[in-house]
Amino acid sequence: MKKLKSALAFSLCAAAAGVQAQTELTVYTALEADDLKRYAQSFNDDHPDIKINWVRDSTGIVTARLLAEKENPRADVVWGLAGTSLLMLKNEGMLAPYAPEGLENLSPKFRDRDEVPSWVGMNAWMAAVCVNTIEAENEGLPMPSSWEDLTKPVYQGHVVMPNPNSSGTGFLDVSAWLQMMGEDEGWAFMDGLHNNISRYTHSGSKPCKMAASGETPIGVSFAFRGARLKDQGAPLELVFPEEGLGWEVEAAGIIKGTSKLDAAQTLVDWAISREAMEMYNEGFAIVAMPGVAKPVKHFPENADELIIENDFAWAAENREAILSKWQKRYDTKSEAQ
Amino acid sequence: MNLSASTAASVPLSEKAQQLAQRWGYTLLLLLGCGVLTLLVLAPLYTLLSKSVKNKAGDFVGLDNFAQYLGSGAVESALFNSLWVAGLSTVVVVLLAFMAAWALTRTRLPLTGLIRGILVVPILAPSLLSAISLVYLFGNQGVLKSWLFGAEIYGPIGVVLGSCFWTFPHALMILLTAMENADGRHYEAATSLKASPWRIFLTVTVPSARYGLVSAAFVVFTLVITDFGVPKVIGGQFDVLATDIYKQVVGQQRFEMGAVVSVLLLLPALLAFVADRYVQRKQTASFTAQSTPYKPRANKARDWFGALMLLPAVVFILAIIGMAIYASLVTFWPYNLEMSFRNYQFDLMDGGGWGAYINSVQMALGAMVFGTALVFFNAWLMERTPQPSGLKGLFHLLSLLPLAVPGLVLGLSYIFFFNDPNNPLNMIYGSLLILILCTVAHFYAVSHLTAITALKQLDREFEAVGESLKASRWRVLVTVTLPLCLPAILDVALYLFVNAMTTVSAVVFLYGHDSQLASVAVLNMDEAGDIAPAAAMAVLITITCAGAKLVQGLLRFWLDRSTRAWRQGKV
Repeated sequence: MKKLKSALAFSLCAAAAGVQAQTELTVYTALEADDLKRYAQSFNDDHPDIKINWVRDSTGIVTARLLAEKENPRADVVWGLAGTSLLMLKNEGMLAPYAPEGLENLSPKFRDRDEVPSWVGMNAWMAAVCVNTIEAENEGLPMPSSWEDLTKPVYQGHVVMPNPNSSGTGFLDVSAWLQMMGEDEGWAFMDGLHNNISRYTHSGSKPCKMAASGETPIGVSFAFRGARLKDQGAPLELVFPEEGLGWEVEAAGIIKGTSKLDAAQTLVDWAISREAMEMYNEGFAIVAMPGVAKPVKHFPENADELIIENDFAWAAENREAILSKWQKRYDTKSEAQ
Repeated sequence: MNLSASTAASVPLSEKAQQLAQRWGYTLLLLLGCGVLTLLVLAPLYTLLSKSVKNKAGDFVGLDNFAQYLGSGAVESALFNSLWVAGLSTVVVVLLAFMAAWALTRTRLPLTGLIRGILVVPILAPSLLSAISLVYLFGNQGVLKSWLFGAEIYGPIGVVLGSCFWTFPHALMILLTAMENADGRHYEAATSLKASPWRIFLTVTVPSARYGLVSAAFVVFTLVITDFGVPKVIGGQFDVLATDIYKQVVGQQRFEMGAVVSVLLLLPALLAFVADRYVQRKQTASFTAQSTPYKPRANKARDWFGALMLLPAVVFILAIIGMAIYASLVTFWPYNLEMSFRNYQFDLMDGGGWGAYINSVQMALGAMVFGTALVFFNAWLMERTPQPSGLKGLFHLLSLLPLAVPGLVLGLSYIFFFNDPNNPLNMIYGSLLILILCTVAHFYAVSHLTAITALKQLDREFEAVGESLKASRWRVLVTVTLPLCLPAILDVALYLFVNAMTTVSAVVFLYGHDSQLASVAVLNMDEAGDIAPAAAMAVLITITCAGAKLVQGLLRFWLDRSTRAWRQGKV
């Protein structure tokens, strides 16, 4: 079998060499599909000898797939996956630590704390509340400006948010509330919010999509999705609650055992270069390298002041306990109604 | 074939020994069939389900995970919801499908080809399409919102409607197969005894369709209870067991807890399986060697009644599909209803574009050819050759097992099994081939049931007569059984093709960078908020499947005409 495989590999290489001496990297990602071409193109402008073969899906699916492939990893690099997921991969011993060129230029919040980090950050991905202006007016709802506002009786039955047990975005919100408000107040806030929630969804972008199509006036979701939907013509107002916003780092890392370590390192070097940061900045208001980001349409200008001091280690450690408590308190909503 | 031929030619065995060798040959072949299904279903499943008794580190922990899951509080409601939603959907679907099957096979309505085409549309369309349609029809901005009298589509109503829509063709296919080859003599006898139409229905039609009815109920119940697609998209927080798997596996990457829920989900399906076996035991062939095909006589009143029976299913399906097509043409629902074909420019969209579409077609053709051959040959071995009854039962169980396994679970299992560095088959991982194998495995059960239902209706005497004429079973297979079963074979081929075009839940874990699929692209575009392009790609998939259905329909028509004389014994 080994022989057959190497023969196959050889013939494939030979075929590739005939065209162009290229290294092919298998890159797993949860980036937006329409960003993939742009990202690969920019990278290839500098490194035409490395071809990126994307495998893209939603965060949950890609993470599950990476973990399930643990015994025989197929990916060479992960580029564009939630920091929480990369932390899981690190804990499973699946990442090869590497200090890419220019690591010192990254803000310390945007990298693995180890001296030789297992993952490095690209940009931040932050919470936002999507409000449908037409439906809000129809229902006579005032524009909310804080999380606390969302617990007011006027919003009863008008708010949708993701279930943190199914969605990373949902967990990011819950974890941020608990960190900002403290345990007791955080849960008390969620009790209040729960009274106004009409339903919890399984996907993080769904609440904003529902707001965009008028299925709900208010959806707790994330800024990137809201901005895209607004561009498409959705009558949305993005609200960034004043208490602070939960966020998550989008990151890159090298899979341990890859046979193409050189190319993988080249890619990760490039992924934190200034040029890459400028590229991320087209869709995200906050990038890992301080001083690069320019204001992005539909995002607040002071985005980096709005995001909270997020303790990812605390969130990872307490995730299971928080989720099970959340489930006990709120997951039987359909019965309560 | 070689076995019997070569032994007969080389060694002059006594007739008895020859027969014995033949019997063993068949048994060996069916054992091989069991082996293939073990490889495609059982072994992969074991790699995942065995995690239910292990902790995260892989140590054996007994039933701890089960205790933890059952103690988490939300299980009772999820279990209760799963059972009643699946039960209600089963009743509705089997009733509607039986009404439709009766009208299609027992009346002389015109345009039955077209009506059949409309009725199978739900499996021609990706499941997301019906979800989008239901929201546009009954959602908060829906055009028919008032029909729900203030109730919400997001919840049990939506889940039942969505489930009924996509499982209907599965039930219809089994029931049509069960009712198609009716014995005209029974009807003649009943009519000459002056039995009322109602009495004929109860004493001739229903008993002959009993096998199909029970199978259809079993299939629908199991499909609904293991499906997470509909409840995930439209169920809101209406909890069912299948969405719990999604939460555990995709939301939290806790494979061992996902395995626990999967094991629990096998239980109701197993129960349904036992009940199914119990009822099926009494089934005998309805289409015997002496049968004459049933041809309904002219009867206007009955035909009108038949049309009435077809109406609910036809209207329901057309409404959903019509809305979906509309959804693919509007610019931004519900605020900008300007229509254009802009959404059909896939290369400007993400998600693989036309390349993904071509992959999907290749994958579907592969699954169709390989799957149909495998399913039918195995079903023939099981039904029409002498086999030890234990082996038959085992094979049947293996064949039906995939039905009780959510696609998500099957897909993950395939990673664990086929990606194992010690598995010699791991080279197919990431290729189109593994997508084909996974799809065949995923949709094996209904194909198997259809093939079995068709084969059961043929009289055992065909083989007996063949034997007395010294024609081998192989010859009977090729000259009698296959032609008689061709309609069912075409049904199975179409079923596999269209499901391969639309499936998402299992293959989403398995495609490689160069084998993206159109159905996955639909999901990704919807996830990204590009609902109209997602609907457009879904409509394109549906049109492709409808094309396949048309080809199949023409083949059936041609077959029917060219073999009618033969089947009616005029040659």
